[in-house]
Amino acid sequence: MNALVFYFFAGLAVGSAILMVTRRDPLHAAMCMASALLATAGIFLQLGAEFLFIVQIFLLVGAVMALFVFVARSLDFEAGKIRRKTGRRWAVAGILGIIVAGQMWFAIAAGRTSLRLPEMQANIAPQNTEAVGNALFHSLVVPFGITSVLLLVTMIGVTLMWNRRA
Amino acid sequence: MLSIDHYLALSAVLFAVGVVGVLARRNVMVVLMSILLILNAVNLNLAAFSRLHGTADGQAFAIFVMATAAAEAAVGLGIIVAFFRNRGTVDLEEMDLLKW
Repeated sequence: MNALVFYFFAGLAVGSAILMVTRRDPLHAAMCMASALLATAGIFLQLGAEFLFIVQIFLLVGAVMALFVFVARSLDFEAGKIRRKTGRRWAVAGILGIIVAGQMWFAIAAGRTSLRLPEMQANIAPQNTEAVGNALFHSLVVPFGITSVLLLVTMIGVTLMWNRRA
Repeated sequence: MLSIDHYLALSAVLFAVGVVGVLARRNVMVVLMSILLILNAVNLNLAAFSRLHGTADGQAFAIFVMATAAAEAAVGLGIIVAFFRNRGTVDLEEMDLLKW
């Protein structure tokens, strides 16, 4: 049952990701990306990471993809439609993608024999959110504070960028 | 039975698809989405290893990656809108002002 859920969401994620990369219309790509992110959220849930699951849906699918769709609709892409051929680009990217995938495949295959990873734990804790909160506010409290500074800088920068008159 | 390899393989495939998207596409918005996909593949690895070791530290790291991804998307889209106002296109090939 667990494996069935994993394979379903994994297939959905990979299929949506491939569609996202190949669709011509940015709006279609954004919808496929939202589907891929939702499938990844399903795998988080299957891994027992409920907090990541809900943050993924709220933050990435709800906020970030909505922002992408908003920008895709507010800019008139037809004006700058790309007409030139992109075949060579695709060939080079495909070869490099296969090389990257092959390298990681080799690393995984080598790691499973040499690293001797333990078996998967049953689950972390019944209170997943509590465990994540404990990690965030005890051992990782300094990076957590730095992240808030990062978000503040982002907010100020984006506000300045969007307000500038053309 | 599921092992860590399944999650690593899925993450590797998603990462490779994201790399192909970054290299092949010329629409800057789709390139930005591909970068988001790459970060998402990393999150999957972090969550899987967090489960493997039975601690929540990996998931806390994934929260940081998500915050960075959201900030990157906001800044990237701001740059795209500013660029579109100036040049009237989102073609990556047209972004050559800093090319020497």
